[in-house]
Amino acid sequence: MLRLPFAVMVSLRYLREGRMQTVLILAGVTGGVAVIIFLTTLISQLQASIIDKTLGSQAHIVLKAARAANRTTLPPDQTAAIIQPRAQALRAIDQWSAVARLAEQTPGVLAVSPMLSGAGFATRADANQPIAMMGVDARAYQRIVRMDKYLQAGRFDVSGANAVIGVELAKDLGVTVGDKIRLVTMDGRNDLFSIAGIFDIGNRDLNRRWVFISVKVAQTLLDLPGGITQIDLRVADLFAAETIARPLQAQTGLSVESWMQTNAQLLSALNSQSISNNLIRAFVTVIVAVGIASVLVVSVVQKQKEIGILRAMGASPQRIMAVFLLQGSFYGLAGSALGSALALGLVQFFSRITRNADGSALVSPDLDLSVVISACALALVVGLLAAALPARRAAKLDPVQAIRV
Amino acid sequence: MGNIVELRQVRKSYGEGTPVVTEVLHGIDLAIAEGEFAALTGPSGSGKSTLLNIIGLLEHASSGQLLINGEDTAQLGDAAITALRGRTIGFIFQFHHLLPGFSALENVMMPAIIDSGWPSAQAHDDAMRLLTQVGLKDAAHKRPSQLSGGMQQRVAIARALSLSPRLILADEPTGNLDTHSANDIFELLQSINQERQSACLIVTHDPGLAARCQRQIQMVDGQLLNGP
Repeated sequence: MLRLPFAVMVSLRYLREGRMQTVLILAGVTGGVAVIIFLTTLISQLQASIIDKTLGSQAHIVLKAARAANRTTLPPDQTAAIIQPRAQALRAIDQWSAVARLAEQTPGVLAVSPMLSGAGFATRADANQPIAMMGVDARAYQRIVRMDKYLQAGRFDVSGANAVIGVELAKDLGVTVGDKIRLVTMDGRNDLFSIAGIFDIGNRDLNRRWVFISVKVAQTLLDLPGGITQIDLRVADLFAAETIARPLQAQTGLSVESWMQTNAQLLSALNSQSISNNLIRAFVTVIVAVGIASVLVVSVVQKQKEIGILRAMGASPQRIMAVFLLQGSFYGLAGSALGSALALGLVQFFSRITRNADGSALVSPDLDLSVVISACALALVVGLLAAALPARRAAKLDPVQAIRV
Repeated sequence: MGNIVELRQVRKSYGEGTPVVTEVLHGIDLAIAEGEFAALTGPSGSGKSTLLNIIGLLEHASSGQLLINGEDTAQLGDAAITALRGRTIGFIFQFHHLLPGFSALENVMMPAIIDSGWPSAQAHDDAMRLLTQVGLKDAAHKRPSQLSGGMQQRVAIARALSLSPRLILADEPTGNLDTHSANDIFELLQSINQERQSACLIVTHDPGLAARCQRQIQMVDGQLLNGP
């Protein structure tokens, strides 16, 4: 005989006696835990993948000079006026280095990169394509967008007269690494550049339009000496981007846009996914709790006489309560262990059968330990709470009445 | 020799606070001495089981005093009552009331496990000794369902003796057995009473068995015919 404490010994024996009930409710808890872990893992991995694909190639927050606007000096309620929008010229950020310093010191901001961008053309022989010239500091920009990750050929090197272009533009112009292209601004200023690298950012339009050059060369070409047109920021917590952006806007007076504004539909889709996942988790949790509680309520009724005998032999109400709480905990713990194993199997199976367009696995075959731990903790708490009511009922049984049943 | 149990003007009513109040015990005065072997007899519905439950601290008296080992139980809280019941009193029920999911050995060990919270080696050895004493050493690992009625009642007696109680309360321990087994059980209780000097109060309908006890307490309509 195993030497276990009274409550553990009796609760394990009751679980063994009601073998079929134990197996059925354990299957229910296992399924519930597996569904919670599997769904949470799947949805969080898919969300992370979508976010990475969408935001991997853009800054989380962009600071720009406010757009120029026409204003009337007459009171608007006493006059009728048609105000036409102004044509937008390149506008540099005033005191941009002070703004960049302020942004750097803002809590939650990981990286800051100044950029000068303007429209132009890339030409080679007879071919020419409209482009967006992006003057960047390569090292600073790499901290915003990991360009290394997207390079198909060459290096992300914009020093001197080097340029890095997208794969579509390279195809359109018929160039490769080491070839020369000419960049022409709208004012007709132009210069010859050597292609140092070719990237594929996963977006055909951007692959055709983006051309990276150095800030200094861009300032000369775009005729904005010492100026930059935008400051890109990367933040530690993606979903805090908006709360970081608003104070920055108030402090600098610039136009500050977070990815949450520019990708409002994506954000809404992600939120909907999260809400659906949370609803499913809540329903599963309630079903598991009701399952455990109902099995234990039945068990208390079945064991009424035995509870009375144990009470007559000197078992305190607290000990009787512990017997049933332990059964609830057992369902939670064992269900967690089995559910985690089942979820791991499901994730591995799903990872094997689903693939991205490039052939890579859609989801990783591993479980996030924090998800497993929180699901197990939830199952244990649910087990205990579900057992609380039947356990209280058992503890309150009058021994004489119970024995007479 | 002192009294292990003393009842003074104990009354028990059911349905108090409702329009129909039924008094089943009408001022009972009773004393059981240490080591006494007494029979409680009387017709069905006379209040024997209620009296036994009150002495066994399973039910509260509506009024009056119950002293166990000289201690007024009205002054004790629930935890102290539970502890006193576990350590001082051993119960034997008519329908043995063994725990079906546990072996005979585990059933006998159970009071000691409850008392210490743990199945100690001492509890195991004591339980084996008791099973040997009641002649069931070889059936120690059998479940109650694998034993005959007489054997089950022997296990129940061994269980009642587990913590060497000073008082054994037996509610018709032979009522469910054939004459031969009933006689065996009665003799077993007698020998235990002589060896251990545990007081025994046995509820029985069998006048023959009652006559073999040191003392007969007769009860009719919630009152004792022979005094304390």
